[in-house]
Amino acid sequence: MTVTSTGSKVSAHPPMRRLPRGTMWATLALSALLSAGFFTLLMFSGSTSDFNIVGTVIVAAVIYVALSFVMSRLVEGRRRSSDRLATGLVTSAFVVALLPLISLVWTAVSNGLNRFDAEFFNSSMRNVVGAGGGGLHAIIGTLEITAAATVISVPIGIMTAVYLVEYGRGRLSRMITTLVDVMTGIPSIVAGLFAFALFALFFGPGIRFGIGGAVALSVLMIPVVVRSTEEMLKIVPNELREASLALGVPKWATVVKVVLPTAIGGIITGVMIAISRIIGETAPLLIIAGMSTSMNYNLFSDRMATLPVFVYTQYSNQGADTQAYLDRAWAGALVLIVIVMVLNILARILSKVLAPKGSR
Amino acid sequence: METQVAVSRQRPQRRLGDVVFSGAALAAGILILVSLAAVTIFLIAQSLPAFSADPSDVSKDGRGFWSYVVPLVFGTVWAAALALLFALPLSIGIALFISHYAPRRLALTLGYVIDLLAAVPSVVFGLWGITVLAPAMQPIYSSVVESLSWIPLFAGPVSGTGRTVLTVAIVLAVMILPIITALSREVFLQTPRLHEEAALALGATRWEMIKMAVLPFGRPGIISATMLGLGRALGETMAVAMVLSPSVIISFALMTSQNPTTIAANIALNFPEASGVGVNVLIATGLILFLITLLVNSLARFIINRRKEFSGAN
Repeated sequence: MTVTSTGSKVSAHPPMRRLPRGTMWATLALSALLSAGFFTLLMFSGSTSDFNIVGTVIVAAVIYVALSFVMSRLVEGRRRSSDRLATGLVTSAFVVALLPLISLVWTAVSNGLNRFDAEFFNSSMRNVVGAGGGGLHAIIGTLEITAAATVISVPIGIMTAVYLVEYGRGRLSRMITTLVDVMTGIPSIVAGLFAFALFALFFGPGIRFGIGGAVALSVLMIPVVVRSTEEMLKIVPNELREASLALGVPKWATVVKVVLPTAIGGIITGVMIAISRIIGETAPLLIIAGMSTSMNYNLFSDRMATLPVFVYTQYSNQGADTQAYLDRAWAGALVLIVIVMVLNILARILSKVLAPKGSR
Repeated sequence: METQVAVSRQRPQRRLGDVVFSGAALAAGILILVSLAAVTIFLIAQSLPAFSADPSDVSKDGRGFWSYVVPLVFGTVWAAALALLFALPLSIGIALFISHYAPRRLALTLGYVIDLLAAVPSVVFGLWGITVLAPAMQPIYSSVVESLSWIPLFAGPVSGTGRTVLTVAIVLAVMILPIITALSREVFLQTPRLHEEAALALGATRWEMIKMAVLPFGRPGIISATMLGLGRALGETMAVAMVLSPSVIISFALMTSQNPTTIAANIALNFPEASGVGVNVLIATGLILFLITLLVNSLARFIINRRKEFSGAN
């Protein structure tokens, strides 16, 4: 009797049934196959010229999420099925976000390699119409303007961070923190307009030169440097400062000899991230540095080409030989991507190597 | 009591090095104040002529400054809002994937891969958008317009190049994804461990745990991350300037060749050839853009500052 009664109780509340392990992987494989089959059919029927990889991935994800939801709903009930749905959606969000990244890198590499040759790196666009020519003038311009922006921003940024962390008290420091936040949000084109408005006041409305670009980029770079340096100075242990001060070392020497060296790894990383952020800026340089086809080593006079503006103008002013211009644009884009990636990876490595000792 | 007062009265000796160094630090801080004030003052000074200019100098149709600006403001907000619509669900999904779904070992690398997206220069995004994305989207647009053109959003005639506001919004969404993702991931990771474990111990599934513990905790973080992403999308220049085939109109249609352009793209396209009062007009539109982004960003900061718990959300 008792046995049957418990039995009936169990059947009233059935144990949670689960799909067998591996079902989900099988479903995934099935939906991938289905989707691939569909797009292969499309390809052979002539509706699409070649195999549509992006479409395959998206359709496979949709089929998988739908299938796993329905199966789980039938077997495992509402709560588990919505859990599976969420897992499927979250994972496909990630996969979908990878698609543009992969496509972008693939396009840049495959198109950029056409002109990623010696000529690109040792000639300018002077007197070049159609094929040939290169981006040396733009690379030099980018390096000079970025270097100038770094020279302006790094001391200001680091000293501001030192002020905020070591000296700042009260309203002024709060105000500076707020304004650094505001500066972080300045659109790059507004920074360019600012530099233009500033220099146009002194040199007339036709002014275009490299140092103006450097000033515009500094407006964008300073807040990044301040932010990262501030974070780094904050994690320097207070014991170090107190030990140094207790030995009678003046405060400025404590900051210079103890605090900054401890945080130097993070500061360098932050500066490199900031450089990688501004080196690809186009809009402000388009406005204040202009564009030129010849070499110009002088920051203080005449228009100066930069790599991002070079890419833009090669694209937007295509001559008769369209492919030559597009190839140069992609080669420039590839150089930019490589520079930015190298800076980022270098920054990661440096932050590991020079990580402040003693914290965490 | 007596001794304490005596000690605090004793002035510490001022060293020259201290004075110079703290003075330099203070000067750097004040320079930030000054430069931001300068940005505002110079922009205002250079845009004043635009407000009082002869309407026929401002734009070709001669209807004055404000009728020139309003469509631009509309285009800016419209493109950014669309971008946000795509980017927000995706980036919350990605952030959750990295913080709660992916294996721990993988999570750091995956986060880094998404951060790489943020490092790609905008001009490269523009080039990609116009050579890869726009041609790829065009067939989709024409079939959508063919079958759904009775919905105002999908009204025809369809663009032949795919350089529409929808393509721009997708490119912008890809650009602001990493920003929103990075911030929301940071906040999700700071969910109190005990809340999560309590939910799981009560028998919640992983999704229920996220719904009950992670998302409510992260809501202010998500909101401010969204605002910062919006600020970035509003000010983005090159991608829009390169991809969009622009015109100065107000239109909600997503897939035509007549697209409302944005302030930033309009400046970039017209500045090199502008002269006279045209320059002032463009600078004035830049000032308006600055004010819009300032508003959005301050709102984000306000929300962040109200919840000081997540200090990592910069």
